[in-house]
Amino acid sequence: MKLKNETKRNFIQFLFTCLFNGYAVGFAKGAIFKGVTKGICVPVLNCYSCPGALGACPIGSMQTLLAKRGGRLSVYVLGMVMLFGVILGRVVCGFMCPFGLLQDLLYKIPCFKYTKHGKADKVLRSLKYVVLFLLVIILPAFVRNKYGMGETFFCKYLCPAGTIGAGLPLLLKVEALRTTVGTLFYYKLSIAIVIVLLSVVIYRPFCKYLCPLGAIYGGFNNVAFVRLKVNEDKCVSCKACESACDMGVDILTNINSTECIRCGKCIDTCKQGAITRTFK
Amino acid sequence: MGVISALKTKYIWPVRIAVLVAAVILIFIGVMNGDAKEVMQKAVNICLQCIGIG
Repeated sequence: MKLKNETKRNFIQFLFTCLFNGYAVGFAKGAIFKGVTKGICVPVLNCYSCPGALGACPIGSMQTLLAKRGGRLSVYVLGMVMLFGVILGRVVCGFMCPFGLLQDLLYKIPCFKYTKHGKADKVLRSLKYVVLFLLVIILPAFVRNKYGMGETFFCKYLCPAGTIGAGLPLLLKVEALRTTVGTLFYYKLSIAIVIVLLSVVIYRPFCKYLCPLGAIYGGFNNVAFVRLKVNEDKCVSCKACESACDMGVDILTNINSTECIRCGKCIDTCKQGAITRTFK
Repeated sequence: MGVISALKTKYIWPVRIAVLVAAVILIFIGVMNGDAKEVMQKAVNICLQCIGIG
C-alpha cells in the first residue's frame, strides 16, 4: 500500500514530536527532564516544562535571558535559531513542530472549513510580527514587575503550546500545582481552547497569525538551503497549486514566501511536475 | 524581475554561508559566555509562567 505524501509528512511530524518529547517517564511521574540536553534549543515551539521535553524552547529561552539581563539578547539562542532557519527555513513548521501537528490533525476533522485568504487574513498575518517584537523581545527586555524582575510575556499570556503540552499534563499529575491554579491559568486555557477550536475550521491559525518562531523562520525562507522552485518551462499557470495551498501562498509569484511551511501539497497537486524541492 | 532573480541566484550562496558561519560563531560565543548554562538552568525547572500559574 502506497502512503499519501500528506500521511508521510504527518508521520514525520509525529516522529519529531516523540523525539523532542521522549522523556515518557515525565508524563507518568508529573516531573520534567533535568538532563544535559535541556541546555540545547530544539528548533520548534516546544515548552521546556512539558514533562516529556528533552530540549529547551527557543522562544522561551530568548525571553528568559532577555528578561534576566535587562534587554541583552542571548547570542546562543539567536545563533541556534539562525542555524535552523538558514538550513531549513519553515520546513521546521511543516515537518517538525508538535503544535503544527496538533493543528494539522484538528483540521482533518470533517466540518465546515474557512479557506478564504482575503484582506483580513493578510492583516492578521502581520500579528505574528507584533507578537514577536512586543511579547517576545520588547516587553521581556524592558518591563519589570514589582519585584524588579522581567517576565516571559509570550509564555505567560499567550503560548498555547505551554498550556497544552506542559500545563495540562503537569496539573493532572501534581496536586500541589492544582491548588495554585488561578485566573491566569483559566485565561491561558481559554486562549488554548479558542486556538484549538479555530484549528478545526481554519488551517493552522496559530502558525498563520501568532507564532513568533514562524515569523523568524519565515524570514529565512528565501535564503534557506531547502527551498521550493517552480520550473517555468513546465508550468501552465493553471494555479491548481495555489488553490491547494492551505497557507494561502501565491506560489506562482512568490513560492519562497514567508508564509510557506514547505508542506509540499503544491508539489503533489501539480500535474505538470513543475514544482520541486531544491537544495541549490 | 530577471535582474533581481539573477542577483538572488548570484548572492544566495554567499549569504547562506555568511549566515551559517555567523550562527555557528554565535552559538560558540554563547556556550563560552554561559548562555547555554543559563538556558539549561531555566529549562530544568518547571516554568510556572509557561504553564499559566506564576
